[in-house]
Amino acid sequence: MSETLPADGLLGWSWLLIALPLAGAAVLLLGGRRTDRWGHLLGAATVATAFVLAVLCTVQLAGQDGAPADVELFTFIATGELDVTAGLLFDPLSAVFALLITGVGSLIHVYSIGYMAHDPGRRRFFAYLNLFVAAMLLLVLGNSFVALYVGWEGVGLASYLLIAFWYTRPGAATAAKKAFIMNRVGDVGLALAIFIMFAQLGTTSYAGVFGTVGTLAGGTITAIGLLLLLGACGKSGQFPLQAWLPDAMEGPTPVSALIHAATMVTAGVYLIARSAPIYDLTPTARAVVLAVGALTLLIGAIAGCAYDDIKKVLAYSTVSQIGYMFLAVGLGPAGYVAGLAHLLAHGFFKAGLFLGAGSVMHAMRDSVDMRRFGALWNKLPITFATFGLGYLALIGFPFLSGYFTKDAIIEAALDRDDVWGWVLGGVAVLGAGLTAFYMTRLMLMTFFGRARWEEGVHPHEAPPVMTAPMVVLAVGSVASGALLVSVFPLSGWLEPVFGEPAEAEHVVAPAVIGLVVTLVMLLGVLAAWLFVGRREVPVAAPVRVSPVTRAARNALYADAVNESLFMRPGQWLTRALVWVDNRGVDGAVNGLAAGLGGSSSRLGRAQTGFVRTYALGMLGGAVVVAGALLAVTSG
Amino acid sequence: MIEAPDLSWAALAPLLLVFGAACAGILVEAFVPRSVRHPVQVGLALAGTVGALAATVLLAGTREVTAVGALAVDGAALLLQATIAGLGALSLLLFAERSLDPARSAFVVSAAVPAGSPRDRELATVPRVQTEVYPLATFAIGGMMLFVAANDLLVMFVALEVLSLPLYLLSGMARRRRLLSQEAAVKYFLLGAFASAFFLYGLALVYGAAGSVRLSEVRAAVGTDGGGVLLVLGLALLVVGLLFKASVAPFHTWTPDVYQGAPTAVTAFMAACTKVAAFGAILRLLYVAFGTAEWTWRPLVYAAAIASMVVGAVLGLTQTDLKRMLAYSSVAHAGFLLTGVIGLGAAGTGSGLAATMFYLLAYGITTLGAFAVLTLVRDGDGEASHLSQWAGLGARSPITAAVMTLFLLALAGIPLTAGFTGKFAVFRAAIEQGAWPLAVVALLASAVAAFFYLRVVVLMYFSEPVADGPTVGVPGVPTTLVLAVTAAATLALGIVPGAVLDLAGRAAIFVG
Repeated sequence: MSETLPADGLLGWSWLLIALPLAGAAVLLLGGRRTDRWGHLLGAATVATAFVLAVLCTVQLAGQDGAPADVELFTFIATGELDVTAGLLFDPLSAVFALLITGVGSLIHVYSIGYMAHDPGRRRFFAYLNLFVAAMLLLVLGNSFVALYVGWEGVGLASYLLIAFWYTRPGAATAAKKAFIMNRVGDVGLALAIFIMFAQLGTTSYAGVFGTVGTLAGGTITAIGLLLLLGACGKSGQFPLQAWLPDAMEGPTPVSALIHAATMVTAGVYLIARSAPIYDLTPTARAVVLAVGALTLLIGAIAGCAYDDIKKVLAYSTVSQIGYMFLAVGLGPAGYVAGLAHLLAHGFFKAGLFLGAGSVMHAMRDSVDMRRFGALWNKLPITFATFGLGYLALIGFPFLSGYFTKDAIIEAALDRDDVWGWVLGGVAVLGAGLTAFYMTRLMLMTFFGRARWEEGVHPHEAPPVMTAPMVVLAVGSVASGALLVSVFPLSGWLEPVFGEPAEAEHVVAPAVIGLVVTLVMLLGVLAAWLFVGRREVPVAAPVRVSPVTRAARNALYADAVNESLFMRPGQWLTRALVWVDNRGVDGAVNGLAAGLGGSSSRLGRAQTGFVRTYALGMLGGAVVVAGALLAVTSG
Repeated sequence: MIEAPDLSWAALAPLLLVFGAACAGILVEAFVPRSVRHPVQVGLALAGTVGALAATVLLAGTREVTAVGALAVDGAALLLQATIAGLGALSLLLFAERSLDPARSAFVVSAAVPAGSPRDRELATVPRVQTEVYPLATFAIGGMMLFVAANDLLVMFVALEVLSLPLYLLSGMARRRRLLSQEAAVKYFLLGAFASAFFLYGLALVYGAAGSVRLSEVRAAVGTDGGGVLLVLGLALLVVGLLFKASVAPFHTWTPDVYQGAPTAVTAFMAACTKVAAFGAILRLLYVAFGTAEWTWRPLVYAAAIASMVVGAVLGLTQTDLKRMLAYSSVAHAGFLLTGVIGLGAAGTGSGLAATMFYLLAYGITTLGAFAVLTLVRDGDGEASHLSQWAGLGARSPITAAVMTLFLLALAGIPLTAGFTGKFAVFRAAIEQGAWPLAVVALLASAVAAFFYLRVVVLMYFSEPVADGPTVGVPGVPTTLVLAVTAAATLALGIVPGAVLDLAGRAAIFVG
C-alpha cells in the first residue's frame, strides 16, 4: 500500500458522506408524521448531495495520484494500552465503492419516489434507505476492521428492516428473520476474525493489521482468512449461506435493486479485496474462496433456470454473479481488479434489471409470476428497451459491459496455467451459458409470446420519475464495461491499493476466449428459445418434470439441507437447553434472587426509622473501625 | 502584633465568589423588596457558582499552598471545586423551578409555622416563595468547595460544619409532606452532629499525637509505621466522620430517610454535591496526611467498600419508593467510589485519583438528572415517587420515560453512558493495584443493583398504566435546562469521555 496522507481539503470533509444520509434518516425517523409530505425528497437529496461530494473527493484523490487519505474522527477510549480510535480511509478502493453506493443509491432513491408514491409507509421507507446508505458508506470508508464491522451490522439491520418493510405480510417477516439469522452466522465469523487480530496483533486498523500480519503463524493467518470468508459468505449470499438472498425479494423492489443486487451483497467482495494483504499470505484460504465462488456460481445459475418468479430469477442471478466475483478475488493479485470491475458493471446492470422488474410489477398489479406476463414489449417500451440492454450486458453480449468484465475473470482463471485453472475457467464458461439460458427464458416469458395476463390487468408504462433512473442505468450497463477496461482502466486507478498489475502470459489468447464465451452464450440463448420461446408457456407450472428441474426448483435443496443439518438439531439443542435452563439455571437464579430479596428484607429491618437505632449502628461501626485499625497496626 | 496572613487572592477566587454571593444573598433578604427577591436571589446564587466555575477554569494548572498553609489549591482541589460549582449551579436551577408545583415553589413559605396548624394550611396555597434557600444553598456549596481544598484538619472541620448546617435546614423545608421533611431534617441534624463529634474527637487525638493539624505535618508524624496508637485512633474517628457524609455503610442509615423526606431539589443537591465534597476530603486526608501508612487503613477502606456496595445493592432491591431506591443507589455508588480510592495505590501513583474524580462527576450529573425527572411526575399530593405510580409511564409520557431510562442505565453502568466509563475507570484502577477481589465484588454488586434500576425501566415500558395515575408536569426553563445538560453530559461522558478522562488525569495532583 502506498503512503497514507493526512486528509486535507475536501477529503477532510469525507465524513459528511456518512453524516448526510444518517442525518436524513434521523430527521425522518424522529420527525414523525410532520415529515411525511417532504421526507422522501429530503431522503433523495441527502444521498444525491453525498454523491456530488463523493465525486469531488474522488477528483481530489485522483489529483494526489491516489495516495490514500486518512481522516481521524475521534478517540473513543484511550486509557493505557487500550486505544480505540475511529477514523475513515479514503483510498481508490473505497472511492470506487463510495461512487457506486451514492451513484446507484441516488438513482434508486429517485425511482422510489415514484415506486412508493402511494405507500402509506413512504417516509419510513426513505428513512431506512438513508440509514442503509450511511451504514454502507461507513462499511467501505472505515479505516479499521471495527469500523467496517459497525457498518457491516448497520447494513444488516437496514436490510432486515427493509425486507420486512411490509411487516404485516407473513412472508416478508419470515424472510427478514431468515436473512438476519443467516447473516448472524457470517457476522460471528467476521467478529471472531477481528478478535483474533486484536488478540494477536493488538490492533484492528487496516494499516496496523496489514503491516504486521506477516509476523503471525501460517495457521493463524489461514484462520483469519477463513473466518473473514465466512463473514463475506453470509453478507454476499454465497454457499453455504446463500438461501436467504432469494427470499429477501419479499422487500420492495427498489430495496432488491439497491441492497440485494448492487451494493450490500457485494460487501463480501469488498471485504476480501480489502483484506488482500491477508489473503496474499494464505493460499489455503484463497483456494477455499475459489471453491466457494465456483460452486455458488453454478448453484445460482442452475436455480435461476427453474423459477417462475421474476425477482427470484434475478436474485439467483445475483448469487451466481457474485460467485464470479468471489472466483475472481480468490485468484489473488491477478483477479482483484477483474472481480471489482465485474462488481461495478454488475451494480449497473443488475440494479437496472431490478428497476425494470419493478416497473413490470407496477404494470401488472404487483404480480411476480412470469407465467402470467407475456407480450409486454410494446406495452412498456421504455422498460423493455432498458431491461433488454441490461439483459444483454448480463449475458455478456459482445462489447456491452458484462462481455468485458466476465471475460477478464475467465482469462485470469485460465492464466493460472494448471489443471485447476482449466476447471475454474470451464465452470465460468459453463456459467455464462446457463446465464444466457435463464435470462433469455425470463425475457421470452415476460416480454414476448402471448399475453397471459390475469383478468383486469391493463399494463401501462411507469411515470418518468421511475423510467429516468432506468435509462441512466441502461446507459451505464452498456458503457461501463468498455470504460472500466479500456478508457479509464480500473487496474491503473486501483494500483495504489493492489500494486502494479503483472503483465500476464496469456495461456489462451483473449480473442479466442471471447469467441468461445460468445458461442456458449449463443448456445444458451438458442436453448432457451427452443425450450421456451417456440412453445406456448403454460399458465400453471408443469408438475411432471425431470428430477433435475425439480432439484433446480428447490434451489438444489439448500433450504432442506439447512433445515436438516442446522435447524432441526438446533431445535433439539434449544429444547434441551430450555429444559436445563428451566430446571437448573432458573432454579439457581431464582433461588439466588429469592435469597437476595430475603436478605434485603431482613437487612431492611435494621432501617427502623429511629434515630437511636441509627446512632447505635454508627457507634458500633466506629468501634469496629477503630478496633480494626488498632488490630492492623499492632498485629 | 498579629501579622496578616499571606493570602493568594487569585487562588482563593472561587471560594471568595461563592461566599461573597452567599453573604450578599443575606443582605438581599433583608433589603430587597419581596416582589423582586426571587429573581435577584436566583441570579446572585447562579452568578456566584458559575463565576466560581469560571474562576477554577482560569486557575487550571495552579499548584500552591496558601493562607498560611491552611488551603491547598492543586489540580484535584480545582477539579473537584469546579465539579461542585457546576453541579451546585444545576441544583440551584432545580430550586428555582416555579412551573411544576401549583403553589409555584417546592419550598415551604414559612418553615417556622407548625405543620398542620391553621396558619400552615392557609400558607400552603399562597403563591409566595421562600428565597432564603438560595443563600443557604450557596453557603453549603462554599463549604463543600472549601472542604475539598482544606489542607488543615481544623479548616476541614469548619468547612464540614459550613456545608452541613445549611443542608440540615434545607432538608426540613419541603412545602408538601412537611412532617416527613421535618423528621428528615431532625434525623440528619442529630446524626450529623454525632458524626461531627467523631470527627472533632479524631482531630483532637491527631493533634495530641502529631502536635499539629496541618496535613503535611501529620504526614511527617505518621511516618511509615502508622505513628502509634493515638494517631491511628484519631485516623479511625476522622474517617468515621467523613464516611458518614459520604453515606458509606455502616454509616449510611440516615441516607434513605433524609433523601426521602427532603424536598427533591435538595435531595438532588445533597446526592450530587455532598458526595463530591466528602470524597474529596477522604482522598486528601488518606493520601496527604496518612499516605505513608497506607497499609494501616487499606483493609478498612476495602471492607467499607464491600459493605457499602453489598448493603446498597441488596437493600435497594426491596424499595418501593423511588427516592429511597436512589438513596440506596447512592450508598452502593459510595462503595464503587471507595474502589477508586483503593486504586490510588501506594504514594498515589495509581490512576485511582483521576478515576474517582471522573466517577464523582459522572455520578453527580446522572443522579442530579434522575432526581430532576422525579420532580416532574406528580399527583395531587406532590411528587409521585411510589414505584407503582410509574407503571406505564413510557406510553403516557415517552420523553420523560426515555430520559429517566437514560439516567437509570447510566446508574447501572451500561456502556455508552457516563456510568459505564466511570465504573470502568475505577475498577481498572483497583485491579492495577492488585485489588481484583474488590473489583469482582463490585461487578457482582453492579449486577444486583442493575436489577432495581432496570425494574423501573420495565415498569415504565411494559406495564399497563394505572387508572388514576400521576400526571407528568411540563417543566419550566430551569428544570428543562438541567435535564438537557445532564442528559447530554451523561451521553457525552459515555461516548466521547476521552477529553474529560484526560483532564482528570492531568488534574490528579495533591500538593501539601
